[in-house]
Amino acid sequence: MKFIRLVLPNFKRHKLRTLLTILSVMVAFVLFAYLGAIRNAFSFGVSVAGADRLIVRHKVSLIQLLPQSYEQEIERVPGVSDATHATWFGAIYKDPKNFFGQMPVKPEEFMRMYPEFKLPPEQMQAWLKTRTGAIVGRTTADRFGWKVGDKIPLMATYWRSKEKNSQLWTFDLVGIYEGSPETDTSNFFFRHDYFDEMRRGGQGQVGWFYIRVKDPKNAEAVAKAVDAVFENSPAETKTETEKAFVKGFAEQAGNIGAIVMAILTAVFFTILLVAGNTMAQAVRERMSELGVLKAIGFTDTQMMLLVLTEALVIAIVGGGIGLVLGYYAVKGGDPTGGALPVFVVPVRDRILGVVFVILLGLVSGLLPALQAMRLNAVEALRRE
Amino acid sequence: MPNTLVNLNDVEKVFHRGSEDIHVLHRLDLSIAEGEFLALMGPSGSGKSTLLNLLAGLDRPTSGTIEVAGQRIDSMSRAQLAHWRSRHVGFVFQFYNLLPVLSAERNVELPLLLTNLSSAERKKHVATALEIVGLSHRAKHTPQTLSGGEQQRVGIARAIVTDPTLILADEPTGDLDRKSGDAILNLLQSLNREQGKTIVMVTHDPHAADRASRRMHMVDGQVSSEMAA
Repeated sequence: MKFIRLVLPNFKRHKLRTLLTILSVMVAFVLFAYLGAIRNAFSFGVSVAGADRLIVRHKVSLIQLLPQSYEQEIERVPGVSDATHATWFGAIYKDPKNFFGQMPVKPEEFMRMYPEFKLPPEQMQAWLKTRTGAIVGRTTADRFGWKVGDKIPLMATYWRSKEKNSQLWTFDLVGIYEGSPETDTSNFFFRHDYFDEMRRGGQGQVGWFYIRVKDPKNAEAVAKAVDAVFENSPAETKTETEKAFVKGFAEQAGNIGAIVMAILTAVFFTILLVAGNTMAQAVRERMSELGVLKAIGFTDTQMMLLVLTEALVIAIVGGGIGLVLGYYAVKGGDPTGGALPVFVVPVRDRILGVVFVILLGLVSGLLPALQAMRLNAVEALRRE
Repeated sequence: MPNTLVNLNDVEKVFHRGSEDIHVLHRLDLSIAEGEFLALMGPSGSGKSTLLNLLAGLDRPTSGTIEVAGQRIDSMSRAQLAHWRSRHVGFVFQFYNLLPVLSAERNVELPLLLTNLSSAERKKHVATALEIVGLSHRAKHTPQTLSGGEQQRVGIARAIVTDPTLILADEPTGDLDRKSGDAILNLLQSLNREQGKTIVMVTHDPHAADRASRRMHMVDGQVSSEMAA
C-alpha cells in the first residue's frame, strides 16, 4: 500500500493526458455495457432459455402450421412430461414500429410450462373466466402505459376475425405478468379457444408445441423420438431445444452477436493502443526518475509492479466509471423505447467487464513495465 | 588505525562498443577506511564515475573483486545488489534527481519504503534527516519551489535517512553557485566528521576536493596520485 503513494502523484504530471486516457477507456466500457445489452436483447434470452424445454415446429419452416391433435401424440412419447402449443399472431398495435410478440395459448398449460412468468392468482382466474382476456408482460405494459381493464385493439396482418371479416381483434387486458430482469416480459398472450373459434380458417392448427422433458439429459433422444412419430406424415416435425429455437429465431435479424463482437473488438483494440501509448510515454518521460529508484534499491520486480499498478489504476478508474455509467444507461431503458424484450447488462457481461478492465490495465502496462524492469540505472541516470 | 570499509582488488572494467573494447578501469586496487572522506578527481573519461558506480553496486567489474563492509558485491545478483544498495548506500547526485511530484519529505522517505519500518517510524526518520540538513521548515515543499541548494540538501537527507554504510556523491556541487556549493560541502564535511559517515565524492572542483580527508586523482582508469589532507 505504501507504494501507491508513488503511483498516484504521477497522474498529476499531465492532467489533460490522464483525463483524456481515462475518458477513452470510460467510453469503451460504456459501449461494452450498452452493446452487451443490445446483443443480449437480440438473443431473446437464449442464455436463459429452459434446458428442459423443447420446441416442436413444422419441418419445412416456422410459418407452416401443425395439427393441434399432435399434442396428445407428443404427450405419449416416453420422456415427455408436459406439452402445450402456441401460434404466431403477428398483429400491429397502432403502428408497425410498435412490435411485440402476440400468441394465443392455453392459459393453464402455458403458465405451467413457463413458471418464470409471474402472474397474480386473481389475474389468472380472471383470464380463465374471460374468453377475450389477454395478459401482457411488464415491459410492454409499461411501454404503452397499459393497465388491467384496458381494451387492447390489435390489427391482424394474417389472421382475420370472423366478426365482419375484420382485421381488428379487441382483447380485454386481465393481467400483467412479471419476471426476473433476464426474463422476456414483452409478449402478449391470449386464449387459444377464443382465437380458434374466431379466426377465419386454420381451425385445429397451431404454430408450434412446447415440450417439457422429464430429464434434460435425455432432451436430444426425446427430440428424435418426437420427430420419428410424425415421420412420413403430411406435416413432419423438427424438434429442437428451446435454446436452439430461440437462437434460430433471433438470427433471422442477422447475427447481431457477431456484429457487436466485431465492433467491441475494434473499440478495445483502439483503446489498448491509446492506453498503451500513454503508459509508454509516461515511462519514457521519466527514465531518470526510474533510474533513481533503482539506484536507491528498488528491485526489478518492484519497478515492474509500480508501472503495472499505474496502468491498472487508469484502467480501473476509466473502466469502472464506464461500466457503472453503461449499467445505468441500460437501466434507463432501451433505445427503441421498449421493442427490445430483455434490455439488461447480463451478469456474465458484468463479470466479463471487470475481467476486461483488469486485462486492459495489465496488457497496456506490460511493455512499459518490462522496460522499467530491465532499466539500467547507470544508463537512465546518464540521460539527465 | 580505522578499519577498512571498502576494498577493491585488481578491478578491471571494459565496455564494449561494437567491436571495440574500451578499458575504463585498469587493474585498480583501492582501500577506503571507515569514516574516510575520499575525493575522486580526474578529467572526463578517467574512470571516476565508473568507479563510483562499481562501489554503489550499480555496475559489476569485468574482473577483480569488490568488498564493502566484509561483503563481496561483485558476485551478487541484480536482486541481491538492489537489496544491498537499499541498506548500505546513500546517493547524492549532481542534478539532485528528486521526484518532482513528491514533496521534500516524501522524497526523503523513498529509501525507507524499502524497509519494514512503520509509517510513524518512517516519519520520525524523515524528520531527523531533514533537521540534519536544516530543512525541516521546507518539508512540505515540492522540488520546483526549492532553490538548487535546498534541493541538494533534500538529496543529502534522502541519502542519509537509512543511515547507510557508504555515502556516494557524484559532483554534488556541480550544479550550484559557490555559496550554495560551500553550504553543501560543509554539510558533507560535518556528516563525515561529526557522524563518522564514510563518503566518496567525485568532483572536478579542487576547492570541493580540499574538504575531503583524502584526494585521489585518476587518469585513464588508474590512480595517478593520492594526497591526504
